[in-house]
Amino acid sequence: MALEEKLEHTQLLISGLSQGCVYGLIASGFVLIYKATEMVNFAQGDLMMFGAFLAYTFISIFNFPFALGLVAAILAMAGIGALIERFAIRPMIGEPHFSVLMITIGLGFIFRALAGFIWGSEPRSLKTPYAGKVFEFDGIIIGHENIIIVLGTLALCSALAFFFKTTNLGKAMQAASQNQLAAMYVGISVKKINSITWAISAAISATAGILIAPVSLIDPQIGFIGVKAFAAAIVGGFGSLPGAIIGGLIIGIGEQFAGLYLPPGFSEVTAYAILLTMLLIRPHGILTSVQIKKM
Amino acid sequence: MLSAKNLESYYGPIAAIKGLTMEIQSGKITVVLGANGAGKTTVLKTISGAIEPQKGKITFNRVDITNKDPDETAKLGIAHVPEGREVFPFLNVQENLLLGAYSRKDRLIKEDLEMVYDYFPILKEKFRQRAMLLSGGQQQMLAIGRGLMLRPKIILLDEPSLGLSPKLVSEIGSIIQRLNLERKITILLVEQNAKLALSLGDYGYIMEAGRIVMEDTCEKLKQSPDIKEFYLGFKDGGQRGTRRWKQRKTWR
Repeated sequence: MALEEKLEHTQLLISGLSQGCVYGLIASGFVLIYKATEMVNFAQGDLMMFGAFLAYTFISIFNFPFALGLVAAILAMAGIGALIERFAIRPMIGEPHFSVLMITIGLGFIFRALAGFIWGSEPRSLKTPYAGKVFEFDGIIIGHENIIIVLGTLALCSALAFFFKTTNLGKAMQAASQNQLAAMYVGISVKKINSITWAISAAISATAGILIAPVSLIDPQIGFIGVKAFAAAIVGGFGSLPGAIIGGLIIGIGEQFAGLYLPPGFSEVTAYAILLTMLLIRPHGILTSVQIKKM
Repeated sequence: MLSAKNLESYYGPIAAIKGLTMEIQSGKITVVLGANGAGKTTVLKTISGAIEPQKGKITFNRVDITNKDPDETAKLGIAHVPEGREVFPFLNVQENLLLGAYSRKDRLIKEDLEMVYDYFPILKEKFRQRAMLLSGGQQQMLAIGRGLMLRPKIILLDEPSLGLSPKLVSEIGSIIQRLNLERKITILLVEQNAKLALSLGDYGYIMEAGRIVMEDTCEKLKQSPDIKEFYLGFKDGGQRGTRRWKQRKTWR
C-alpha cells in the first residue's frame, strides 16, 4: 500500500513536472515582453496554440520531416511575433497601458478565430517520432513525451541564459529593459529590441505548444492554459525568467496532487488558489528583482 | 560642427524651447547656463533626438539630424550623457561601459576601455560591481565613461555636477577639461553651476524660459554685471539692501 502510494506520487510528480515546464515556458514569454515593454501580452497562450497548429500543418499535412517542421513552425511564429509588435503594438507607444492590454486580448480572439477557421475545432494530434513510447523504471512509467518536454525546457532555458549573459544583443536587451532612455543614448535601437523581444517570446510560446501537443491534443481553445501560465508568472515574481519556470513547476505539480487529494474539479482551480495564496503571503512573488524603472 | 537653427520643442502643449539658435565650434567647450526649467535639458534631448523639434533644423558636420532618433545620432558620434546618472542598474560596471560601444564595430574598444579606466581609476577598481551599488559620484563617472566608449566626436553633458560634493564637482570639472584638451572631444555642457561652467567653457549661452538671452565668450560673460549678480552671486558694493526686485536685467 505504502509502496503503491509512493509510486503514484512519483508518477504524479513527473507528469506535474512536464506540465509545469509548459506553463513555465509560456510564463517566460509573458515575462520577456513585460520586462522589455512593461506590457502584458494576453495573447501569449494563443500564440502557443497557433505555433502548435503551424507545426501540425508542416509535419502532418505538408509531410515535412519532424525536426524541419519544428524549426519552420518556431521561425514562423517568431516572424509573426515581430509583425505583431511592428503593426499592433508599436503604433500604440505612448497610449495608456490599458489600450495595449485590450489589443493583446483582441489578438487572442483573432488567433482563436483564425485557427478555428483554418483548422476547424476538431482536436488534432501532432505526429511525433516519440509519441506513445514509454520508459519503465521500477514500476514507474514515464512517457517519452514527458521527458522530451523537460529536456526541451532545460535546453531552451540554457540557451536563453547563454544569450542574455554573453551576447551583445542579449546585453542590449537587458540594458533596454533596465533603462530605456540610457539604452537609446548608447545607440541601442529600442524599437528593434522590442521587435526581437516579441519574436523570441512568440518563438518560446510556439516551442511550448509543440512540446505539449503530443500530450494534449491541439484545438483552438488550448491557448487558455495561458491564463494558468499568467498565474505562474506572477507566482514566480513577474519580471524574473527563472521565477517564471519555478512558478510554472509549482502550479503544474500542485495541480496533479490536487487532482489526487481534492474532490474532482479542484485541479482546475489549483493554479488560481496558489496564485491567491502567493499574493497573500509574498505579493512580489518568489524571485523578484525589485527595480525602479526609468522613463 | 553642430548647429541648431530656430529650434522649437514642446512637451505636449507647453513650449520648452522657443526659437533657439546655437553654434558649437569643433574642439571647444560650449556651455549652456540657466535656471531650473529654462529648457537646457530639452536642448540636449532635441539634439540627440529623444525629442523631435516642431520647428527648426539641426545639422551635425553638415548632416541634417533634425529628425533622427537617439540611436542614429549616437552612431554619428554624438554621445549624450543624460542628467541624473542614468546607468544600467543591474549590469556591472564593465558591462555598462562596453554597452557604450554598442554601435561600434572597430577593434579599438578594448583600448578605449583602458582609456576610460585611466580617467576614472575608481571604475577599474569596481569593474565587477553592479552599477546600482555605486555611489552617486561613481555613477556619474560611469555615465561619462560610457559616453566616452562611443569614441564620440561631441559629448553632450547634462548637469554632471548635480548632487555631487564640491570636491567631486571640481574633480569632474578637471576631467571634462582634460577630455577636451587630451582627447580633442568637443563638449556641450549644460549646467546650473555657473561658476563651474564659466571656468571650464570657451563660449557660453544663457537661457531663460526657453530662449537664449545672452551669448558670448565665457571670459566676457564672467565680466557681465548681470551674470555676476544673477548667476555668480556677486554684488557690487552699492547701498546695502539693493532692491533686487526693482532692478531689471539688461535683456528684459
